[in-house]
Amino acid sequence: MSLTTILAQLGQGMIISVEIFLLTLLFSLPLGLLISFGRMSKNVIIRGIVKIYIAIMRGTPLMLQLMAIYFAPYYLFGIKISTQYRFTAVIIAFSINYAAYFAEIYRGGIESMPIGQYEAAKILGYSKAQTFFKIILPQVIKRILPSVTNETITLVKDTSLAMVISVAEMFTIAQRISARETSMMPLIIAGIFYFVFNYIVAFVMEFVEKKFQFFR
Amino acid sequence: MNLVEMKHVRKQFGGLSVLKDISISVKKGEVVSIIGPSGSGKSTLLRCATLLETMDGGELAYNGEKVAWEENGKMCLATQKESKRISRNFGLVFQSFHLFPHFNVLKNVMDAPVSVDKVPKEEAKKRAMELLKQLGLEEKAYNYPYQLSGGQQQRVSIARALALQPKVLYFDEPTSALDPELTSEVLKVIKDLAKQHMTMIIVTHEMKFAREVSDRIIFMEDGVIVEEGSPEQLFCSSNVRVQEFIGKLEE
Ligand SMILES: Nc1ncnc2c1ncn2[C@@H]1O[C@H](COP(=O)(O)OP(=O)(O)O)[C@@H](O)[C@H]1O
Ligand SMILES: [Mg+2]
Repeated sequence: MSLTTILAQLGQGMIISVEIFLLTLLFSLPLGLLISFGRMSKNVIIRGIVKIYIAIMRGTPLMLQLMAIYFAPYYLFGIKISTQYRFTAVIIAFSINYAAYFAEIYRGGIESMPIGQYEAAKILGYSKAQTFFKIILPQVIKRILPSVTNETITLVKDTSLAMVISVAEMFTIAQRISARETSMMPLIIAGIFYFVFNYIVAFVMEFVEKKFQFFR
Repeated sequence: MNLVEMKHVRKQFGGLSVLKDISISVKKGEVVSIIGPSGSGKSTLLRCATLLETMDGGELAYNGEKVAWEENGKMCLATQKESKRISRNFGLVFQSFHLFPHFNVLKNVMDAPVSVDKVPKEEAKKRAMELLKQLGLEEKAYNYPYQLSGGQQQRVSIARALALQPKVLYFDEPTSALDPELTSEVLKVIKDLAKQHMTMIIVTHEMKFAREVSDRIIFMEDGVIVEEGSPEQLFCSSNVRVQEFIGKLEE
């Protein structure tokens, strides 16, 4: 197998890894906000359910969750699992797992906001929604950016877990080629890929953090 | 009719009676100062009057429109919509400003008129700039709160409250968070407002200021009004507690 074929195949995997990464962020960031509302809900039942959900998501391996989501249709409903479902299962599992982590980050940020901001907004007549989206959320985002950066960097590395249900992302392919060619080289390339990927993520996040430096 | 009418207001916090029976009425154009030792319930009173706290008993009305009242010993509150409408009557200036840190000075002042009162942007901006000029802050319009001194921040928060054109403005120790040398610039702004006959209810520890600016001073202690009257009456009070308190602060 020539180097160009290896690189071409790894390139395919790379695209899948980036897709997993982007789609997970796309779904888990807003979903996390919704879950954090549930976690802080005045309704004990909603709060309790969300608490258990977060505990499970954080308390069990993501690899296990991936398998559970992938095999669930078959074991629960007897539906035959199609190959296209693999990728969908990865996105579902990653999104609901990361949403749980993001929810706790949002909650920490929201609860750290001084009550005075809410009171000032109330006196000025802002509605509840205006208060949250105009006054509170921008400040919360600034506060939680460092934690979000950490999670995002973990996510880059976690995309390799999709291997357990044979989704052809970067790591899966690197490992296959490595076994077939009895060569370390594909794995080294994979390592470099994750490193560069994370370097870019850190760079982007730093840029975003800078954007939020206009206030204190 | 009185602009502000509080009758027999009571408030407890977990068994601790903070306001025991407070009645205050304020006419349009009046400036009333509330003084008293810390812990006597002054902030709680302003928080009840501005609906940040729900009172446990008594009555609160603006321009004769009741927001909270008692019926057969039970507290009744105006509907949320009514409360919100009646709330347009008052503004509140906090001890620690509570400016929005991610808005510049201009936006802090003009955002509520735009977002809440739906004033057209251009008009709101024009009015905000006029207010800032009046309070000596026009050069700071595009600065962020963290770039201002405490005195400037407090003046911005006064401008922010005024931008909604309240009928009565409450102040809760507006200068207590400020270094002494920054106090006077804020007090001057309040004095100017008094000259323009703005109705104000001011909790303060600045005795000289209270004496100058107030039509009436209320001395509060342990959740009750101990004495109430013109500045002259209060400063010549025969009440020992009032004498002690004023004497202590004037030193
Ligand atoms: N939210 C609250 N919960 C419990 N106690 C409170 C609360 N707010 C105020 N208090 C108590 O009420 C009393 C009066 O407080 P406050 O109104 O802040 O007094 P002042 O403004 O005159 O210093 C104090 O003993 C204070 O501890
Ligand atoms: Mg106080």
